[in-house]
Amino acid sequence: MAGKLKIHVDQDKCQGHARCKSLAPQLFELDEFGNAHEVGDGSVPAGLEDKAWLAQTNCPEIAIEVTEE
Amino acid sequence: MSDTASIMPEHPPVLDWIHDFDHTDPRWTENPYPIWEKLRSAAPVVHTDRFLGCYMPTTYQAVKEVAYDTEHFSSRRVIVRDVRPDVTNPAPPITSDPPAHKPAKQLLLPPFTPDAMKKLEPRVRAICNELIDEFIADGKCDAAARYTKHIPVRAIAHMLGIPEKDGELFIKWIHSILELGIKDDNALMAAVHEMSAYFAGHIEYRKTHPTDDLISTLMKATDSNGQPLSDQHVLGSLRLLLIAGIDTTWSAIGSSLWHLARTPADRERLVAEPGLMPSAVEELLRAYSPVTMAREVMKETTISGCPVKPGNMVLLSFPAANRDPAVFPDADKVVIDRKENRHAAFGLGIHRCVGSNLARMEMTVAIEEWLKRIPDFRLDPAGKVTWSEGTVRGPRQLPMLFGKPA
Repeated sequence: MAGKLKIHVDQDKCQGHARCKSLAPQLFELDEFGNAHEVGDGSVPAGLEDKAWLAQTNCPEIAIEVTEE
Repeated sequence: MSDTASIMPEHPPVLDWIHDFDHTDPRWTENPYPIWEKLRSAAPVVHTDRFLGCYMPTTYQAVKEVAYDTEHFSSRRVIVRDVRPDVTNPAPPITSDPPAHKPAKQLLLPPFTPDAMKKLEPRVRAICNELIDEFIADGKCDAAARYTKHIPVRAIAHMLGIPEKDGELFIKWIHSILELGIKDDNALMAAVHEMSAYFAGHIEYRKTHPTDDLISTLMKATDSNGQPLSDQHVLGSLRLLLIAGIDTTWSAIGSSLWHLARTPADRERLVAEPGLMPSAVEELLRAYSPVTMAREVMKETTISGCPVKPGNMVLLSFPAANRDPAVFPDADKVVIDRKENRHAAFGLGIHRCVGSNLARMEMTVAIEEWLKRIPDFRLDPAGKVTWSEGTVRGPRQLPMLFGKPA
């Protein structure tokens, strides 16, 4: 069985395209400038793994890291 | 465009695209995709002596390198033109470089977040339906002139707090700046001055009659030293919002409807599966990205191994990057449920389009409302589709017939 996923948005890379928020609203939140941050500590709840990868593969700035714990 | 041809010195036709490209050549305007493919297969960077010297990165990677490198490439000039007059009338933050860029951009970001756009969405839906009401009974229309052109202009006017009916003025100024201005500095400067005078009036009025619109928001904003913005800065940002917010989305909506008119399978699928709309909008943005930007080379460097020299401009074609098959399988095919799509339609790096959330919302709403009212449509064979020239690409005439063919 695959391990739990964790996501992190690199604030030096994020430019606020907001693709992740649109694709996986449960996993990302936007600040007042529209830049994305992972919700909570970035742990991906069971069942949302595909959305985490989808957000990662659509980020134009390659700002999202997905790691398996 | 035909109306520019009569008054502008014509560029000689291109005979050798790889060493003498010209993004104002009528063949580029009509169908740039095979030209980009040819350039890309020649080199990651090509050069032309036209426009006083200009490079064009042809791959996604090369475009990205330029967009990320603000040390060697300046944004002080963002349109490739025949002339290169002194830089006046900046439009921060699009014409700003670090360190001035970040504070100027941060002022504009909060009004354009996805949540802010949700508040504007009902008005945009109403605008779309008001427009459709005007022509649906005719069974046909020029969708560029009657529909796509008016949606962004009315939406941005609504946000700025200026009369939506002033939209015709804006469209005229923007045509002078983005199209005529490539070859005619007088047309460009006249439009910039008219536009500045128009907004100066709105700024003066708000000094005694504050409002809660975007113009007042900018007037109330402070810079990184806590000082209020100068009238010049507010004017520059307003010029930017208008120039960047209108032609671009007009083009994106137009290209989307042009695609759907010619592709019944995608049209039918979107009507049957409205949940595909977000990925379809991203794919239409990728395949028909309207906006090509520019940079000026400030210091000698290399792009994807190719040497570039100061004194030249760079034509920064996000649309060409988005057709690079090294990054997008079947790059020339529109796949409305494409899963991986890191397209660069809104740019890459610090100059990511400040209005991207507005543009997406307008595109989504404009396509949804059109499909609800006019699920079947096709290009009118009696008319001709024409495309804008230069910096922003989209249909300027888009004759459509409604209903299924008899």
